Amino acid sequence: MVSPGTSVTDRVRALVAAHRGDRGALLPILHRIQAEFGYVDSDVVPVLAAELNISRADVHGVVTFYSDFRSEPAGRTVLKLCRAEACQSVGAEQLVAHAERVLGIKTGQTTPDGSVTLEQVFCLGNCALGPAGQVNDRVRGRLSPARLESLLKGAASR
Amino acid sequence: MTTTVYVPRDSAALSLGADEVAANLAQEADRPIRIVRNGSHGMLWLEPLVEVVTERGRIGYGPVEPDAVAGLVAAGMLDGAGHELCQGVVAELPWLRDQTRLCFARVGVTDPLSPEDYVAHGGLAGLRRALRLPPADVVAEVTESGLRGRGGAGFPAGIKWKTVAGTPGPLKFVCCNADEGDSGTFADRMLMEGDPFTLIEGMTIAAYAVGATEGYVYIRSEYPDAVRTMREAIAVAREQGWLGENVLGAGHTFDLFVRVGAGAYICGEETAMLESLEGKRGMVRAKPPIPAITGLFGKPTVVNNVLTLASVPAILAGGAAAYQALGVERSRGTQVFQLAGNVARGGIFETAFGMTLHELVHTYGGGTRTGRPVRAVQVGGPLGAYLPATGLDLPMEYEAFAAAGAMLGHGGVVVFDDTVDMASMARFAMEFCAEESCGKCTPCRVGAVRGVEVIDKIVAGQDPDGNLALLGDLCELMTEGSLCAMGGLTPMPVRSALLHFADDFGPKRAGDFGPKRAGDFGPKRAGDFGPASPNGGGHR
Ligand SMILES: Cc1cc2nc3c(=O)[nH]c(=O)nc-3n(C[C@H](O)[C@H](O)[C@H](O)COP(=O)(O)O)c2cc1C
Ligand code: SF4
Ligand code: FES
Repeated sequence: MVSPGTSVTDRVRALVAAHRGDRGALLPILHRIQAEFGYVDSDVVPVLAAELNISRADVHGVVTFYSDFRSEPAGRTVLKLCRAEACQSVGAEQLVAHAERVLGIKTGQTTPDGSVTLEQVFCLGNCALGPAGQVNDRVRGRLSPARLESLLKGAASR
Repeated sequence: MTTTVYVPRDSAALSLGADEVAANLAQEADRPIRIVRNGSHGMLWLEPLVEVVTERGRIGYGPVEPDAVAGLVAAGMLDGAGHELCQGVVAELPWLRDQTRLCFARVGVTDPLSPEDYVAHGGLAGLRRALRLPPADVVAEVTESGLRGRGGAGFPAGIKWKTVAGTPGPLKFVCCNADEGDSGTFADRMLMEGDPFTLIEGMTIAAYAVGATEGYVYIRSEYPDAVRTMREAIAVAREQGWLGENVLGAGHTFDLFVRVGAGAYICGEETAMLESLEGKRGMVRAKPPIPAITGLFGKPTVVNNVLTLASVPAILAGGAAAYQALGVERSRGTQVFQLAGNVARGGIFETAFGMTLHELVHTYGGGTRTGRPVRAVQVGGPLGAYLPATGLDLPMEYEAFAAAGAMLGHGGVVVFDDTVDMASMARFAMEFCAEESCGKCTPCRVGAVRGVEVIDKIVAGQDPDGNLALLGDLCELMTEGSLCAMGGLTPMPVRSALLHFADDFGPKRAGDFGPKRAGDFGPKRAGDFGPASPNGGGHR
């Protein structure tokens, strides 16, 4: 988190400095920014452009190309459900429909109270134990509707 | 006496509670125990698979749910006692015994981050031998082994290395493609989590052979555990002198770095991966120039898949002839097949090329998980063909698959039962392409979107003949006119679905359409076509 007296700009500059020796450092830097702030604010684009001596359009182009980089903060729990073929073969589509129903949102949205963001993902490398999902970075397997709901409850109470 | 117990740290095992199992074991044990967090043996239907070291060998219990630990301990698990979850001596299970594990020899057996374990189980033998040979001989050895790229295209590894070795330059790279985006594949992940030193060793051999000093492992962000394990392993390898300025004291310099993708399937295509490594959008480059000559930052670069590079230590240790003796035709050595989807026994099966798909799916996979008949099998990821249940007598080797209009790809095998709706799978192939296209060429970017629309029309019964012809033309255009295999191969699953499962493309409401494609067989799931297209993350 940003410590008092440190502006976002200073933090971004510090992150860039930490990667000064790395080749093609933009992606690692963007990952660090997202890890620290939860999203990549459009305000950091000009800072990065200036620090890395590339155009704003280039930075913007990279941020928007990759689906990992968010333009706004996510909910407190991020639930990603796999919709790729192997998980479809064991009912992923029904699971996604169930999640949308119980959360009252569509895939790609965040609940109005900011508790859960629901996203789709194509393969988590857990294809023999589908349907697979990810709750805040931890992969889960054999997700039944009941198991999904209990994982969401567990995450919410944390 | 302290009892040693293995509880996997592989993320598939973690996905079913292996961490909780380990914690409960530490709590419930009635004697001193040492818990080793190993990789997974790849019998994923048994995960979490707990192994207890006894005089008889490592006795396995699985699948162990966290709540079952107390009961298992009370039943004498720590003495290797019988129990309904007891699988016996793990190394003697037919599923493991029938495999030929070269690439995956240590995965599941060792502590992935223990350098002592690594060396005790044959690690570094390949690198030590390589460093005693002139670099050109190492390249020759890999060429003679017949090793072909495991990432999908099957290009001979030795020929690629020779090009890089023969291109002069002060700076060359070895890049490992660990983007593993194909549905139904997880072998790269399991190797990196279960035996990361093997990949490091393979990359170091490649670097020595071609004269490279710097390497990158490009891992997809969906694999946070693999990222952590690889980074830790690289740090250990540096401490051990296996990486750095004087590898194993032999004078060669090689250092290695992990880079993390950011959620883009196309970054598995090698030139898009290089762009991404350079900090850019993952746009596919036109070839030529080839990466071997003009690769990362314009320098000569080896790009190989995880399994390609992880096969190299065994080749150098055992010699090219021994590797080449395995397999059939022009597919030599072993391939790490991955059984996934609706399969009773899913996991890793490493065996010499040539076993039939039928044997893999039925004998080892045990048919479907639901117990219903197998209806379709997709091999080779989202760009691979769907094969009908009657077409599984196909030997697992590159050319036999190509001749059948299919693709072996990265070795992923995804099983579907008779409830699958193949029109919806064909639609998904187009939808996936539309979602993941890098956008550089029109046939792929626009064609895939059109493909979804046309399939929707066919299924809705709107001028099916006209629209089927249109879909055929579209597939032709994408195959012929796309810059890379994303657009170029998306027609493969679509066409194979049309060819083998034409009935599924008939109108959904009975009587809506003529009897031409009648004979609706197999139940269809209601709601296969709703909720229409996904709306998440579409900002590509
Ligand atoms: C759309 C697309 C996705 C790909 N994804 C991967 C991947 O995830 N991993 C991989 O190793 N190769 C992938 N490839 C193949 C690579 O372009 C390249 O052929 C491979 O990395 C070369 O290594 P190999 O010769 O060891 O297989 C992909 C190709 C395409 C066209
Ligand atoms: S075929 Fe698709 S993914 Fe490949 S270069 Fe063209 S637009 Fe990009
Ligand atoms: S297809 Fe869902 S985890 Fe691989």
